[in-house]
Parts: sequence; C-alpha cells; structure tokens
Amino acid sequence: MAKTILLECVVNDEKVAVATPSHWTLLEVLRYKLDLIGTKQGCDKGDCGACTVQVDGVNICSCLKLASTVQGKDIRTVEGMTDVRLHPLMDCMDKAVAAQCGFCTPGILMSAESYLKKMGRAVSRQEAAEALAGNLCRCTGYTKILDAIVEASKEMAAQ
Amino acid sequence: MGGFVKSKSGQVEASEAARIQIGKDHRKIDAADRMRGQMRYADDIKLPGLLHCKIKRSPHAHAAIKSIDASKALQMEGVFAVVTGSDFPIPYGVIPWTPDENALAIEKALYVGDGVAAVAAIDEDTAILACEAIEIEYEVLPAYFEPEDALAGEVQINPYSRKGNLSKKVALDFGDIEKGEKKADVIVEDEYFFEGTTHAAIEPHCAVANVEPSGVLTVWSATQVSHYLHRELSKVLEMPANRIRVIQPPLGGAFGGKSEPFDLEFCVAKLSLLTGRPVKCLYTREEVFYSHRGRHPMKMNYRTGVTRDGKITFVDAKTMIDGGAYSSFGLVTTYYSGQLLTAPYNFPAYRFHSTRAYTNKPACGPKRGHGSVQPRFSIECQLDKAAEKIGMDPIELRRVNDIGSKTKTINEMSVGSNGFLECLEKVEKASKWKKRFKKMPFGQGLGVAGSTYICGTNYCIYPNEMPQAAVHVALDRSGRARVFSGANDIGQGSSTMLAVIVAEELGLELADIRVVAADSDLVPVDLGAYSSRITLMVGNACLEAAKKLRKQVVSSLAKSWKIPMRRVNLVGGMAVDLENPSDAIPLRDAFQMAETEHGHLAAVGNYDTPKDRHGSYRGGTIGASPAYSFTAHVAEVAVDEETGVVDVKNVWVAHDCGTALSPKIVEGQMEGSVYMGYAEAIMEQHIVDPDHFGVHTGPSLLDYRLPTFADTPHIESHIVEAPDPQGPYGAKEAGEGPLHPIIPAISNAIFDAVGIRMNKTPFSPERVLAKIQERKALEEQGKIKTHKAKGRVN
Repeated sequence: MAKTILLECVVNDEKVAVATPSHWTLLEVLRYKLDLIGTKQGCDKGDCGACTVQVDGVNICSCLKLASTVQGKDIRTVEGMTDVRLHPLMDCMDKAVAAQCGFCTPGILMSAESYLKKMGRAVSRQEAAEALAGNLCRCTGYTKILDAIVEASKEMAAQ
Repeated sequence: MGGFVKSKSGQVEASEAARIQIGKDHRKIDAADRMRGQMRYADDIKLPGLLHCKIKRSPHAHAAIKSIDASKALQMEGVFAVVTGSDFPIPYGVIPWTPDENALAIEKALYVGDGVAAVAAIDEDTAILACEAIEIEYEVLPAYFEPEDALAGEVQINPYSRKGNLSKKVALDFGDIEKGEKKADVIVEDEYFFEGTTHAAIEPHCAVANVEPSGVLTVWSATQVSHYLHRELSKVLEMPANRIRVIQPPLGGAFGGKSEPFDLEFCVAKLSLLTGRPVKCLYTREEVFYSHRGRHPMKMNYRTGVTRDGKITFVDAKTMIDGGAYSSFGLVTTYYSGQLLTAPYNFPAYRFHSTRAYTNKPACGPKRGHGSVQPRFSIECQLDKAAEKIGMDPIELRRVNDIGSKTKTINEMSVGSNGFLECLEKVEKASKWKKRFKKMPFGQGLGVAGSTYICGTNYCIYPNEMPQAAVHVALDRSGRARVFSGANDIGQGSSTMLAVIVAEELGLELADIRVVAADSDLVPVDLGAYSSRITLMVGNACLEAAKKLRKQVVSSLAKSWKIPMRRVNLVGGMAVDLENPSDAIPLRDAFQMAETEHGHLAAVGNYDTPKDRHGSYRGGTIGASPAYSFTAHVAEVAVDEETGVVDVKNVWVAHDCGTALSPKIVEGQMEGSVYMGYAEAIMEQHIVDPDHFGVHTGPSLLDYRLPTFADTPHIESHIVEAPDPQGPYGAKEAGEGPLHPIIPAISNAIFDAVGIRMNKTPFSPERVLAKIQERKALEEQGKIKTHKAKGRVN
C-alpha cells in the first residue's frame, strides 16, 4: 500500500495538517481530504485549468502539483474568495451571466484574481484573453467572461 | 413596478408591455453557488464507505473475447467485486428500436475503449491495479474504419445489427427533381466532408450509486437525460423502476455528450447492489474521448439548382454517415441529416438519401445541432457557390428563397413564426456587408450563412401518450414558491428559466423561488435536455401551473376586496388593486388569504406537443417540432497565403429565439454556439488511427485542439424576436440553432478572401495552403482569373 505523509500547510488562511498518500496531487488532497470541492478536475493533465489554485500567490494547476511539494506553503482556493458578500470578480461574473455550467469557473476566478491583483489597473479584453489562455471553457465562447473580467478590473482598481 | 394600460374595452389590465421579468436581464439562480464551490457536482458527492470503480477496456478495435479471468484481481486486498458483460445480458439503446449495446462487452469488443470488465475497490489506485490483474484472452478480428469498407466487408461489427454493417438507411423524395433540374439555369455539384468532433465538456462523466437498507437503489449521474437513464437502468438491471431513484446533480457541461446511458452508470449500480456499499466511477479524460457519442463524420454529395434570379429549383443530397460501433441516436441522426434542411429556404424539390454504417470506432451520437450541422455546411456552401455563378449577392440569394412564416416545408413540417429575414438584415448591417463584401483586399473576406433548428421533437423517443413535460409548483405561506421539475439544467440555465416564468406570473422575485430539479423521487417526469426542448416544453408546463396558482390567489383577493378579478395584479412582491394601488399588500399575506380559502396552494402544469404538424409519410414525424428558430451569421476572416492559417476576426450572429425570456442567457447560448462551431471549422477532429489499431489520435484536451480565450473570435450577438404562438410568451430555442451557420460562413469568407472553396472540415493550415497553391498554379497558367487581382502585390 502507498506510503502516507503528513502535509502541513496553510489553506485559505487556515493551518492544516492532513495525512495523505505520498503520491497524491494537491488537487486530490483539496478535493478528497479537505472537501474543498470548488477546485475541479477536468483533465488531470494540466490541459484545462479547471483545477487552478494559488500557491504563495502564484497560479498553478493543482493536478500537476504533488501534495508533498507544498509543505509549509500558503494555498488559496476559490473557497478563499468567498466572503459574506460576493467578491467583486464573482459579482461581475454573476451579473454578466459568465458562468453557465460553472465547472471551469473556479479555475478562471483563481487565474483572473491573481492576474488582476498583479496588474493593479483596469485591463483590456485582449490583455485578459491572453492572460487567461490557460483556462478552457466550453460553454460561453469566453465572451461574457471577458466582459466580467474587464468590468471587475475597473472596480478592483478603483478600490 | 411595470406599467399598466387600458385595454380597448376600457378595462385596466396588465399588458405585455407591463411584463416585469420576461425580457429582463437576470442573474442565474444557481450561478453564484456554482462558482463559489458550494454546489456538489457528481464527483463532489461524499458518502461513507465509498468504493471506487474502474473499467477495464479493450485495447483492440475488434476482438472476440475468448476468456476473462478475474481471480487474481479478486484476491487482491481492497478489491470488493468484479463484473463483466455476462452480468448485464440485456441489451439497451437510448432509441428503443435499436438496442444494440451491452453495459460491458459480451463475446466481443467493438472498438478500442469498449468496456469489458469493471472493478469496485477501496480506492482508485487499487481499482486500477485490479483492472490490470484481470486476464482477458482476445482473438483479434478484422476491423473497419471507413463506412464504405464496413458496408462492403464480410465481418459483421455489431452483433445486434439486422443487416450486416448497415445501421440505418433513409431515402426520401419530395417534389419533382427532374423538373427542378430543367428549371435550373445553374446546377452546382460538390462533395463535402464534415469531420467527426466531440463535446469535450470540462466535467468528465461521473456516476455514484448507493443502495438503501430498503433496497432502493439511488444513482447520481452527470447525465442530461435522467428519465431515459432511469428506464434503461430498470431494464438492464432487471429491477422495477420504483426501486430505482435517479438524481442528476449540478452538471459541468454536456452539449449532447451525456444524453444517453453509459457503461459507468450500469457498473456502479451493479457493483453497489453486489457489495452493499456506495460506488463511484469517474471517467478519465481519455475515457471521455473514447465514450464519445459526438458529431458523426459525414461525406455528402450535393447538387443544387438555381435560376438566374437566384431561386432554388431543387436540392439533391447523398450522405454517408460514419456511425462507430453502436447505434446511439443514429436512427434519428440519419433522418436529421436530411429532414432538418428544408428551411429557411423554400425547396421546390428535394431528395435525400442517407446511409449510416457501423465502424470499429467510438460510437457517434448527438452533439449540439444533432445531425443537421453537417448538411447545413454543405447546403450553405452550395448556395454561396451558386450566388457567385449567377453573379448575385449571397445574402440576396438567401433572401429571395426565404420560406416565410406560417407555412409548410416541402417535407411537410409546419413553420410558425420566422424571423430569418430580420436575422439576415441584422448581420448584413452590423458587418457593413455591402461596403466590404468582395471589396476587401486579397486575404481578407466576409461570408454569410443561415439556418433553422427545432424547439424539441414532436414525438417522444419511446411511444407513449403521456405529457412530454410536467411541473408541479407550490406556494408557501412565507411568500415563497417552489418549482418541482424533471428538466435537466446542464448549465444552459433551464432552472432559471422556470423561475423567471413563475416570478412573472406570481409577481415574485427570483430569490423567492426554489427550483427542485431532476430527482426522480421528488419531481414529475421530464424527458431531458436534448433537441432544444426545455424552454418551449417545460416552459409551457410551468406557465400553465403558475397561471392556475395566480388565478387562485387573485380570486381570493378579489373576493376579499370585493372587486373584479381583472383589477387585481400580483407584481413586485405585492398584491395590488389596480384602481387603488396604495392598498397593496405583501404577497405573503395574499398567499395566506388564498391558502385560507383553497387549502395548500399547489398546481401542476402539463405540456404535450401538437400532433398535427408532421409529414404524412413514413419518417415524417422525425424533424417535426412545435416551432423553429432561425439564425444568420456573417464571419470575417484573414487568411495568410504563406502559411494557410485562417484567422477568424469577427462573427456577427443574429438569432430568432422568439421572445427572449432572459436576453443575457440567450446571448450566452448564441456566443457558446458560435464558439463551438468555430472550433469545429478551424481545429477539431475526433479521429482514430487505422495504422495504429484504431487508437484515438489525441484523447486529451491538449492534443484534441480546442480554442482558448486567445483564439476565439470576437462575437457580436443580435437577438431577433419573432414570437411563436407555440412557445411560452412566444419563446423558441437558443441553445443549438446558432451553431449551424458559422462553419459554412467561415468557408464562404475564405472564398471571398483567397478564392478557394473549403469543402472539408477542419479548415487547417495545410489544407488551406494546398488549395491556395493549387489555385495559384491555375492562375499562373492563365486557366482561371486572378482572385482579387486589383491591388494585389505580387
């Protein structure tokens, strides 16, 4: 049987210590050990971006990250964006009807949030499209997602 | 609060202009919870003692199964059970006339990826190891990868086939083709090929089964047809339907790819029954590609006649359909490949002969625009070529052939409302067509195409006279409403659509409405999310129920206020006397008054299709729909003559969805459709490699090319509203129709840009480049005129 390791890290500002098979990915630990189901598995190969989370502020595909390599790291998932009220990015996505099936959306929110934080200013559609090219969506044709990101970038920059 | 008008009789009543919810922009009722990670999709379901299932699949495209030895697997620690084909002897098929598959292969495997055995184990890793430990002896059989080879071949692929490797043949003739040929001034004839493509919903298929102590089996599945799944589970498991509960959790995209039962649902159910523990199966992405049921590859020979003034005189089509190893919806696909082509243009004579063959490949099925996207590609390219030959503007040619509203097609389908001309006008204007078509520099071009699509099918998949859709709506004394519906919300927003209708009728806010959907224990039967049926059918059922409740509430208020019922309005969370608006009371109080009089406030709504709207010939019911949507696209491309890369710059799409119940959601469907069709035109191909035993050429989301944010063209949507009396408030479909024209529009734009006809999808750089070079050679030999010679540098 597989070896077990103790993974200690911070997930959404909370200290976590969890026993996990040593060969599990961060995606598996988040979903199946911590029940943070907002992080989705679309391909398990790093192709679709549905499993995007932030590790020490950097976007990664959690399906490509062995859990053992995030010891002591600071991890943020889509659940970390959930406050009493909707995060401006979520609010703009909701208003634009930018989530249809919603399966790719958490990954897109993660990518877009760290991108907008990094930019710290309003962004253009073209810029956002290039920054988000690692996240696939099959429902929307990306149009309304871009509407939402551009709108949110204005709101977030004004804050 | 909306406005009120005086009617002709002088009575005050809420008018259409006073609609509060219909036609407004809504947030979807479940989107925020979906994006926040608070909704449990199938793979998010957690149950104590959950076992994991993996399916062992055939490595051969066609092979007899000589023996299966699972003894080593069963001895492994953590392995609970193994099932094989003999555990599921009863064949099934989503179309009851073609039950030609078993949950797991019996006697032989028909394609690479066919399920042969399934394991339930303590975790996924153990299940994978156990699959490897199952020993299967195969005898490899000849495999066919082309429909023509399969039809000519001596070895029968599907054991349930009644006629060799012929899956279905349809030959229908309408009107006088010979007369049409004589009348034609120009006849264009070409061969087209539409490559197979797949849905690639981001959520892989997943199913979970659990058995209650009472013996009731619950199956949660990422399906878009819970009711058909329920029926097939009952049949294959040989269990009465009342011992089975089917729940569709929130779904991560489907596009037709989850519209029939799959092996995993039967396997988790059987393994749960055998072990007494909950069992889950989650497909890998590779398994999703092999399970497929996507767009059929079609070879199409088309002849179209037109007069000098652009009138179509006949259309003659011959189509060869590559079906893959099973029927799936193939019987319907074969009809749809011809039946859905007879609008928006009037065909005075029409003939189509379509043949579907079995091949040793993943089975094809319905993908967004089932069966009609491929022939639409052909006919729209034909019309473009015909327009060029007679020197007519291709938009004008489409205009002169418009079939109009309240009419019958040549194959006897009844068309109601029709906004096609307005669609053409919108895209013509938005794209600045008149100024730019044929006038852009070499390498740049515009192309147009149109289409029509059904709003549900008039006849259910299995013959019965029960309603096609039903809902149950209840009002609560707290002032809330509940909608119980079998409709499958697959991300298209059907649950929100139902809430909008109830909100409109009862004067509630969307937040006051809870929609309980797709749980066979809790809600009435609905047939599922396919053929763009939900808005029209379930919408009508919901409207009926909501109107009944409104009447109960309004009559109680009228009685209490001693005024006529027409003076009572329910709006903005209040019940209002229209002549004394200051006397308004909250709906909560109004509901309590009504409950005091009538008892618990609940109503059912039913919808069944009109049965007088189909053709009078055999097969004439297939393609018949209560209403038809219409679409027109203009695409703008830039073609690089050095590399053959086609860059689609802009797409203008106008879609007649009848009344738009929620315009932002309609636009989302239009944009998603354009994107999906664009992907098929430019990059997607779902193919297996015959030189490598029939394995898929790229079963991953990287190798199977999909457009990213950065690739997708700019899409501009224009909603056209031609309300149809058959739809709720006049609404028609928006989910599938707007996909059709984009592929031919791009092909036609490529012709405008560089003078080549792309008759084969996808329009990949090497194919485009080869055609450009072919044309160049002919131009240099002086055999044809130089395309856009004016202002060309070389």
